Amino acid sequence: MKVLCIESSCDETAAAVVRNGREVLSSVVASQVDIHALYGGVVPEIASRRHLDAIMPVIEQALEQAGMTLDDINGVAATRGPGLVGALLVGLCTAKALAWGRGVPLVGVHHIEGHILAPFLETELDFPYVALAVSGGHTHLYRVDGIGRYRLLGQTLDDAAGEAFDKVAKLLGLGYPGGAVIDRLAGQGNPEAVRFPRPMLKRDNLNFSFSGIKTAVMNHVKSLGDVVPEHHADIAASFQAAVVEVLTRKTVAAAEEERVDRIVVAGGVACNSGLRRAFATLAEARGIRVVFPSPALCGDNAAMLGVAADAYLRHGRHASLECNALPVWSLEEAGFQE
Amino acid sequence: MSLTCLSQSEEQTEALGRRFGRCARPGDVLLLDGELGAGKTCFARGLARGLGVPDDVPVTSPSYTLLNQYSARLPLYHFDLYRLGEADELGEIGFEECLHGGGVTLVEWSGRFPELRLEGVCVDIVPGAGASERQLTFSARGERARAWLERCRQQEDTTS
Repeated sequence: MKVLCIESSCDETAAAVVRNGREVLSSVVASQVDIHALYGGVVPEIASRRHLDAIMPVIEQALEQAGMTLDDINGVAATRGPGLVGALLVGLCTAKALAWGRGVPLVGVHHIEGHILAPFLETELDFPYVALAVSGGHTHLYRVDGIGRYRLLGQTLDDAAGEAFDKVAKLLGLGYPGGAVIDRLAGQGNPEAVRFPRPMLKRDNLNFSFSGIKTAVMNHVKSLGDVVPEHHADIAASFQAAVVEVLTRKTVAAAEEERVDRIVVAGGVACNSGLRRAFATLAEARGIRVVFPSPALCGDNAAMLGVAADAYLRHGRHASLECNALPVWSLEEAGFQE
Repeated sequence: MSLTCLSQSEEQTEALGRRFGRCARPGDVLLLDGELGAGKTCFARGLARGLGVPDDVPVTSPSYTLLNQYSARLPLYHFDLYRLGEADELGEIGFEECLHGGGVTLVEWSGRFPELRLEGVCVDIVPGAGASERQLTFSARGERARAWLERCRQQEDTTS
C-alpha cells in the first residue's frame, strides 16, 4: 500500500510517499528544495508558511521522486492537528480533494504522533517505549503502547527546549534558528564554565521548565558586561549541558518508572549532538535502547505521517471528507482512542 | 492614562496578569512587550488563570507555534509575533479571525510591527534593579482598552 502524506501544521509544507508504513519512497520539504525551479523561476521568494504556494509543487515533486502518479496511490494522509488552523487546512483540504478525486481513502494523523513513530521508517522497534518529543514547539514525554495508543507522562510548563536554544542564540547574537549554532559552538566550549540551573530535576514529576535557564543565561550575559566571542563557546556549552541533563535524566526516569527499556527521541532538537551523546551514555549504561530518527526525519516532514496512516488505513479508520482540522488536539485523543 | 507597578517576583507578575484575566470582556486585546526573559509568559499565565484556564493546563510560550488557544470563561488567543517575518503574515496565522472571535487576544512582541497600530491594553515589562525585579507599565490604546484598564485598576488588590 502506497500512501501520499501531506504535512502543513506550522512553518513547513511537505509531502511524501510511503510504502506499507515503513519505506520512504520520497520525502520533500518546501524549505529544502528549490521551489522557484518548479515554478520556472518567476515566483518571488517563498517564505515559511506559504503553504498555498508550495503545496502543489511539493506534492508533484514527491510523486515524481517516488516514480509514480496519483494513479498509484492507495490513500492520502494529512496532518489534522495540532497547529495553525489556516496552515492545517491547506494540507487537509488538498488531501481531501485528492482522495475524493481519486476515490481513495483519507486519513488524519496527529503531528506529534508522526514524530514519535518516525523511527519505524528506518529500523525495527517494539512497543512499548517512552517517547520524548522535543522541538521548538514541544517538549513532551509519552508512553507509547502501540500505534494510536499514547499516554502523556510529562510536558514543559513554559518554553519548549528548542525555543530555549533559539532564544539563547539570539541573546548571544548568533542568529536564527539557533539550535545548530549552539550545538556547534558548544563543541568548542567548556560545559562546566558556568553552572546554569537544572529546573525541575529534583521535582517528583516528569514535567519540564526551560524559561528559567534562558533567564539565567540572560543574567549571566549581563553580568559579563561585554560578551566577547570567547565567552560564546563556554556559555553555549554550559547552557546545552544544562538542557541536555534535564532532558536525558527525566526521560530515563520516565522509562524506569514505566518499566520499559526503549526510548525514542524525536523532533527537531533530536538532531542535537550533545543530546545524542548524553542519551547514549546515560541510557545505554542502564540497558535502555535509545532510538533517534535520522536528521531528515527529525525536523517537520511528511514521511513521518506514513507509519500511523498505513496502520489506520489497514484498520479501515478513514477520516470523513467532512472532517475538520483540529488546531488544539491532545495526542491522547488521537489514533485508535478517538 | 499610564500606570506603573513594581513586581518583586514571578508570583507578583503572574498576580498582575490574573487581575486582567478576571475582568476581561469579549474582544479585549492585550499587547505584551518586553525583552527576552522579562517575564512575558509569566504575565500571560496569570492572565490565563484569571480567565479561568485550569491550573493543570500548562500555559506555554507560543514563540514557535505562533498561536496557542485556551478554553476558559472566554476563549484566549495567545499570539507571539517573535518569529514573524513581516506583518503580512498575520493574515496567514488567522490573527484577524481571533481578534473578532469573541474572546481575549493576547499578543506578545507586537512592538515589532508598529505599523499595525493595534488597539489594546499595552503592558511593557522592563528589568528592575534586582535580578527578579520587574517594572510593568500599563497604558491603553482605544476606548475598549481604557475601559479594561480602568476595571483592573478599580479591582480590589487581592494579589493572590
